Amino acid sequence: MVKEIMNLPACLQKLALALRRLLIVLLLTAGLQPVLAADGMAQPVGDPVVEARVNKLAEELRCLTCMGQSIADSQSSFSSDMKREIRDMVKAGKNDKEIIEFMVQRYGDFVLYRPPVKSTTWLLWGGPFLLLILSLAFLLAKLRKRRGQAATELTETEHQAAVQLLGKREGDRP
Amino acid sequence: MRRFLFPLAVFIVLAGFLAAGLRLNPREVPSPLIGKPVPAFRLAQLQAGDKSIGPEDLRGKVWLLNVWASWCVSCRQEHPVLIELDQQKKITIVGLNYKDERAAAISWLNQHGGDPYMVSAVDADGRVGIDFGVYGVPETFLVDKNGVIRYKHIGPVTAEALKTKILPLAEELARG
Repeated sequence: MVKEIMNLPACLQKLALALRRLLIVLLLTAGLQPVLAADGMAQPVGDPVVEARVNKLAEELRCLTCMGQSIADSQSSFSSDMKREIRDMVKAGKNDKEIIEFMVQRYGDFVLYRPPVKSTTWLLWGGPFLLLILSLAFLLAKLRKRRGQAATELTETEHQAAVQLLGKREGDRP
Repeated sequence: MRRFLFPLAVFIVLAGFLAAGLRLNPREVPSPLIGKPVPAFRLAQLQAGDKSIGPEDLRGKVWLLNVWASWCVSCRQEHPVLIELDQQKKITIVGLNYKDERAAAISWLNQHGGDPYMVSAVDADGRVGIDFGVYGVPETFLVDKNGVIRYKHIGPVTAEALKTKILPLAEELARG
């Protein structure tokens, strides 16, 4: 047991060595991670033009299973199925509108990151502007009221009270 | 006191909106397929691989399409409910075995108390699932006699959901 007890400097030295090793491992894995990630995303290498269109469309569509991620960002099986469908449709020569329509027919407007402007969504699109106008009107009314208040003259009693508080003589009134 | 009234009113309205928002389930996306005809499909059957199944075979019946898979954990929760429903002989249950392997699916049924489905369609690549707007398993669709989707239940079917929603609607559709 006695052998196990080290003096303090030796202990620190050992700690420094361990930390350095940890740092090296961290740096190495940090370097590796992007490579691994790219590997995990490995897709059948296809026509770059097709892939670019697939990605552009995938960015417009919501991954319904992962919440808050687009199909392009997500690697869930739902998203990879969607990308496969989009890729097949792009290859079949369908245009963007037809592909988006295909998704909306099955998953509803919720699948779109930019919902269409229609009677049920006008509050969604117009709401922020409505709020802006309302708050500007409120601010304006408030400012106008404040300016009106500043301009009012003091009554005689108010003046007397003010003079008393300020401790000045009556004759100082302008 | 009066100057606090306006902020208080704003706060109450905001709290109301947030409370309503908390009660919504973000995973329950309303299906645009309600009131539309069932997507056409013709798929191999699970138990008899040489036979096929499609919506035309079910015309004139009110039926449930239950999307399931052996890899789906929540399906274990609903399976006893479906078996009990099958025993009551109130409604035809058709399975859509979604992105699964045949052998795994059959052994899963044997392990979990039997096969409640009149027939299960094998959707190995999930394409028919996409036509149904499936984004999670299990999901269940109620289809009327004319092949129109009338209701969608997202998540495991519970005895409660059957009693309050699915079966009353099915009975109504069977009469009409």
